[in-house]
Amino acid sequence: MTIDQIINWIPFSADLPAIAFVIAASLCAVTVFLFIAIYALGIIYGEVKISSFMQDKVGPMGQGVGFHAGKWGLLQPVADALKLILKEDIIPAAADKKLFIMAPFVVFIGAFISFAALPFNQNTVVSDLNIGVFYILAVGALSVLGIILAGWGSNNKWALYGGMRSAAQIVSYEIPAGLSIVTAVMLTGTLSMQGIVEFQSGTIWGILPNWIVFNNPFTFISFFIFYISGVAECNRTPFDIPEAESELVAGAFTEYSGMRYAFFFLSEYAEMFVISAVAATVFLGGWNSPISGFFDGPIWGLFWFMGKTLSLVFVMLWFRWTFPRLRVDQLMNVSWKVFLPFSLVNIFGVAIWSLIVG
Amino acid sequence: MADLAFWMIVLLTLVSAAIVVLNRNLVYSAIALLFTFFGVAGLYVFLWADFLAGVQVIIYVGGILVLIIFGIMLTNRITSVNISHTSVQKSMGGLVVLGILSVLGIMIFNTPWLQTEFVEPVQTTATIGTLLMMDYLLPFEVASLLLLAALMGAAMLSRRNE
Repeated sequence: MTIDQIINWIPFSADLPAIAFVIAASLCAVTVFLFIAIYALGIIYGEVKISSFMQDKVGPMGQGVGFHAGKWGLLQPVADALKLILKEDIIPAAADKKLFIMAPFVVFIGAFISFAALPFNQNTVVSDLNIGVFYILAVGALSVLGIILAGWGSNNKWALYGGMRSAAQIVSYEIPAGLSIVTAVMLTGTLSMQGIVEFQSGTIWGILPNWIVFNNPFTFISFFIFYISGVAECNRTPFDIPEAESELVAGAFTEYSGMRYAFFFLSEYAEMFVISAVAATVFLGGWNSPISGFFDGPIWGLFWFMGKTLSLVFVMLWFRWTFPRLRVDQLMNVSWKVFLPFSLVNIFGVAIWSLIVG
Repeated sequence: MADLAFWMIVLLTLVSAAIVVLNRNLVYSAIALLFTFFGVAGLYVFLWADFLAGVQVIIYVGGILVLIIFGIMLTNRITSVNISHTSVQKSMGGLVVLGILSVLGIMIFNTPWLQTEFVEPVQTTATIGTLLMMDYLLPFEVASLLLLAALMGAAMLSRRNE
């Protein structure tokens, strides 16, 4: 279901195209927002539980009668969300009020509008843009700006440090991420997300699925470069020096509380989803089934897309409890001295490979 | 529908551009610049230049604007800097502005602007790629050489003396 189909489906779209467009666009926006909210509730529960299991704990558990977190702590995310909504909204007296209020929304919008180009299955994409994957990379820039604004607007030295670290980190890691996407685009010859997924149907030698990650050795490396750079762009551990709670309290988010803080949280999770979804779509065949021609319909397409994406999100949670935080210089070393040369070699390698192999 | 959206984007671009110039707070100006860049990207979309719109956002918002804000933040006591907007010699300045405006106006109304039929291009990105690699290869390579030189210069400057 694309936005154009919704517009055509509205009965008065021919007479009042402007109103039909606004209705269709709002419908898409509300659906995406609800999706993000439900996914966030799930992932908050997942993060609490998975991190507990990884540390040999049980996590939230409901016991006894009365108010508690439900069976296996299932109501914990609901309680968390309620707590965040009910909390007092504090704006520091010394803060730059306008920027302070604006920052969480800028960050969230950056993650939110990326969803417009994600293909959930054969038919479900808000708009299959000609420049789909490029659009997602481009609007990611908004999140950087939002975090800098949060850091500056809070008028707090920890927040400012956090904001600047975050900006330096995201700007550095955008380059290897973008260059890795280029290797895939060189093979597919299109930037459209659906076009990239359709390129990956079928098999290689009848055994492996024809995903770009298996296409050649260079794209195989590209996938990992993209994914790790993506983790860095989400400011997730081990790349969480912008938040580094042991040195910077909470980085750019130090002064935020209640709903405003929740928006940062929500956009971090939404961004994790977007990065994982792009990795799944561009390198892992998107909604294509791993076994060609098997379980292939639109519903299975949604299943495969969500399965691949959520597995990658799970790996991000896994990272968090496996690796210690990188130091600033190590972080820059990884980006500029390891990922950047490797991704440049990858581009060259893919070009040679496609000349030789076809 | 397209008209409404077009005028809204034009309004956004012009208002935010005015804020960039007229605001006394440097950070606010930089933030208003964000909306100007988005507005310009929107105008590119109306010209069927979707790839260019993406480039506009990724280069100007993701790169240049972040650099500008970085520069503002790293400058010591930037908030106490008083940016002056008061103008001296208003009458002379007004005359010059009027002169430039009239020349520009004459130019705009006398130029036979190229008018083309409204055609939706089949592909946008591929055409840009072909043009860059075929017709404009030399400027493209020169630009990449310039960027390489800038990159090496930055690396040289950031190195400690040995």
